[in-house]
Amino acid sequence: MSTETVDKTKDKEPLFSKKNRKLLKDPMNDDNPITVQVLGICSALAITVQLKPAVVMAMSVVFVMAAGNIIISLLRNMIPQRVRIIVMLTVIAALVILVDQVLKAYLFDVSKQLSVFIGLIITNCIIMGRFEAFAMGNGVWRSFLDGVGNAAGYGVILILVSIFREFFGTGTLWGIQLIPESWYMSNGGFYSDNGMMLLPPMALISVALIIWVQRSYNRKLIEEN
Amino acid sequence: MQELVNIFAKAIFVENMVFAYFLGMCSYLAVSQTVKTSLGLGAAVIFVLGMTVPINYLLENYVLAEGALTWLGEQYADVNLSFLTFILFIAVIASMVQLVEMVVEKFSPTLYSSLGIFLPLIAVNCAILGGSLFMQERSYSNITEASVFGLGSGVGFFVAIVALAAIREKIRYSNVPGPMRGLGITFVITGLMGIAFMSFMGIKL
Repeated sequence: MSTETVDKTKDKEPLFSKKNRKLLKDPMNDDNPITVQVLGICSALAITVQLKPAVVMAMSVVFVMAAGNIIISLLRNMIPQRVRIIVMLTVIAALVILVDQVLKAYLFDVSKQLSVFIGLIITNCIIMGRFEAFAMGNGVWRSFLDGVGNAAGYGVILILVSIFREFFGTGTLWGIQLIPESWYMSNGGFYSDNGMMLLPPMALISVALIIWVQRSYNRKLIEEN
Repeated sequence: MQELVNIFAKAIFVENMVFAYFLGMCSYLAVSQTVKTSLGLGAAVIFVLGMTVPINYLLENYVLAEGALTWLGEQYADVNLSFLTFILFIAVIASMVQLVEMVVEKFSPTLYSSLGIFLPLIAVNCAILGGSLFMQERSYSNITEASVFGLGSGVGFFVAIVALAAIREKIRYSNVPGPMRGLGITFVITGLMGIAFMSFMGIKL
């Protein structure tokens, strides 16, 4: 389907030219969707209590973003300006239904844990934002890279926050006990889990800490006010 | 009656859209610079949530759920259209937002110009779709309960965004560490407000 267009861009520049690599790399740091563009916060915070749902969520978003960006970029000259929001929402909703059904079939327990948040990928502002800002005005291959890059930048934050919260909140990672049982107070040890980590407000504070660290290294991101 | 008051209070305080579920965060962070704009967005969210949740409740119970099409005739009793939920809900929300926009523009141009860009943005506010999806998950027993839940969630969002905007207007006079300025400190404020709201969690309604 998309090979034709890819070949055309190939004539002009190599597949992974410097400009294209920038599309993949920028969202990881300088232009991160969560910490810099402030998009897609809602789901990023709600499902980061454990690592496994966070990874599943990140993968779902990568899929929806990449596929959606390709479709919108193919359709970009046919979509009338006035109804573009509805067209975009329909494309996203169709892709999200696909993801939802696959998860229900193969990963039922994770799908139950994520509950409404899979559905909420539809209104994830990253996806709408990138469609509007990038896929509507760029070719298929570049849009695909942009989609993967931004979704990965989102996924990295998701996974960092969930590692932090799961490790300190329950002493496990991916469900595997990492802190020895004998350390716990109940077994006569000195350690106890920080239950606060599992509560919603800590997700916000973890992201704030990530922002703090990132902006201390990358001082050009500091805001005026 | 008491049941309805309970649902309303629960939606505002105990299960606040912003502090308990992080829904509508994007616009919550982006539009909380001044109290004035946040009042406009909050009012629009109350309105749209109050309209879309009951409509989606009717859709869910007479079209989408398993056996919901029985009113069309016996042969439809085992049709299950629930996989279409997302696409129908979002279509209702997008068209409602468009409708609200046109009505407001026609009858109250002053309100329209003060809301400006926020009205169309509401279509992609997760709090709206989240309201409908929670309504579906919790299966309220009748349409009055669903509408009260919708209104309550809207008021919850309103309270949260206006409070944050008021704090942000004051924090401009403080000397925040450079890297935390703007986004970072706003996250911390929201986290602290969330901890404050958690004190409502113990209340059994």
